[in-house]
Amino acid sequence: MQDFAQSFYLAGQLLISGDPELGEVVALSLRVTASALAISALIGLPLGALLAVARFQGRTALTVLANALMGLPPVVVGLTVYMLLSNAGPLGVLQLLYTPTAMIIAQSILITPIIIALTRQVIADLNAEYSETFRSLVVPGHTAIIALLWDARFSILTVLLAGFGRAIAEVGAVMIVGGNINHVTRVMTTAIALETSRGELALALALGMVLLLIALSVNGAVSLLKGVDRSTAHA
Amino acid sequence: MPEILSFPTRTEHTPSKVPSPMPLSVRHLAFQAGHTSILKGVDLDLETDALTVLMGPNGAGKSVLLRLLHGLLAPSFGEVRWNGLPLDKSLRRQQALVFQKPVLLRRSVRANLSFALGLRPVPNRAEKLAHALATAGLEHLSKRQARVLSGGEQQRLALARALILDPKVLMLDEPTANLDPASTLFIEQAIASARRRGVKVILVTHDQHQARRLGEEVVFLHDGKITEHSDAESFFDSPKSAAARAYLSGDILV
Ligand SMILES: Nc1ncnc2c1ncn2[C@@H]1O[C@H](COP(=O)(O)OP(=O)(O)O)[C@@H](O)[C@H]1O
Ligand SMILES: [Mg+2]
Repeated sequence: MQDFAQSFYLAGQLLISGDPELGEVVALSLRVTASALAISALIGLPLGALLAVARFQGRTALTVLANALMGLPPVVVGLTVYMLLSNAGPLGVLQLLYTPTAMIIAQSILITPIIIALTRQVIADLNAEYSETFRSLVVPGHTAIIALLWDARFSILTVLLAGFGRAIAEVGAVMIVGGNINHVTRVMTTAIALETSRGELALALALGMVLLLIALSVNGAVSLLKGVDRSTAHA
Repeated sequence: MPEILSFPTRTEHTPSKVPSPMPLSVRHLAFQAGHTSILKGVDLDLETDALTVLMGPNGAGKSVLLRLLHGLLAPSFGEVRWNGLPLDKSLRRQQALVFQKPVLLRRSVRANLSFALGLRPVPNRAEKLAHALATAGLEHLSKRQARVLSGGEQQRLALARALILDPKVLMLDEPTANLDPASTLFIEQAIASARRRGVKVILVTHDQHQARRLGEEVVFLHDGKITEHSDAESFFDSPKSAAARAYLSGDILV
């Protein structure tokens, strides 16, 4: 119990003093996950919208696939990316293993299906409302997709935040492909795992609090956005 | 011209080109949903130069017929030809359909109109937009979110959006059902003005007064079939079919 109290005290001190090691780990986490989110959004938003709107062969299969891949276990993603990037793997020449880039790749793979599947649902709902009017006005396909994404932007933001939340909190994939190397690939979740196993609870707790704070902010932002969405729809 | 339409209106100051004729020819048109026949062989010829009112009891198939005429539904049988041509996108671009329940984009009033304008290479956008806002009586609401407008304002906006691309054919599905008198007046004025510009108007309404004010000919649809097609005066004064007589006297629930 004494130990616990002391750890909390030290954790608070680390946070308040702006410990540089802590800052470095938090910054790398944010950088890696933000990059992964940007890549996933670039792929997932248009693809999700396309799945919602376009009629083409294999559409149902792709939708089912995206939904299934939402639940990809991070360690499996990590293992797959590891095998691709390791020296013996097909992309070994790129020498990306144990770099932040490898972590970005792994997180992108992890959350792209989430962005696709949730975007598809959001856009399909709005399209059910718009599609007859769009056909009446003869709106070209790409214009319709852009208009749907724009008009659903608040819901889309919550989709992106969901992806961000999942990526920043996962530990399995970044541990395997990043290796938790100090000053290079150490992020919040891998640092927490390491420090806990070493019994260094203070740093682990401080990082845990930052992670919790980020998760809460993301959730807060989501509910705030939903509120904005509702008020512009009905106010 | 009925007195309600003879106010000094703001709707006339942008002279639009007179649309070329768009005669409609419908042959043996049938529409089935599952095993239910909704339209059961409709033949209809409409000239451009008359405002057609489409009447008939609830469930007669009026909304389905409008969607078929606009190409939003595909016939189970038969065909729809405008100006001798089967429906396609280029034909639909020359038409507008105002739905009974207006569907507006989750954007401002102004953005709803500019979205439509952005779909075609239209000259004088700013002028057109200002004119559309004025005609719909929505200038003071141009920055408001479309979906927070009242029902009447929403329908006025839907009609303004339909007219902003200068369609040759304007179809309206009960546009003033449940609307306030002021919005009804705006909408009737806009319809009459379109008609004067030479736009072919097909109006579905249950409102006999409105049908008399605006209509030049009446098509009466009953149970998926057209039972009467005559000029408005003779339809209202001496309806020929028993169904139309019952409808007009209120014996068939609308
Ligand atoms: N897509 C559809 N699928 C099945 N039934 C439909 C569909 N659209 C309309 N109906 C049915 O067709 C009949 C005619 O509908 P409608 O054209 O809306 O009538 P109204 O003359 O009142 O506009 C109604 O009984 C309606 O329930
Ligand atoms: Mg109807």
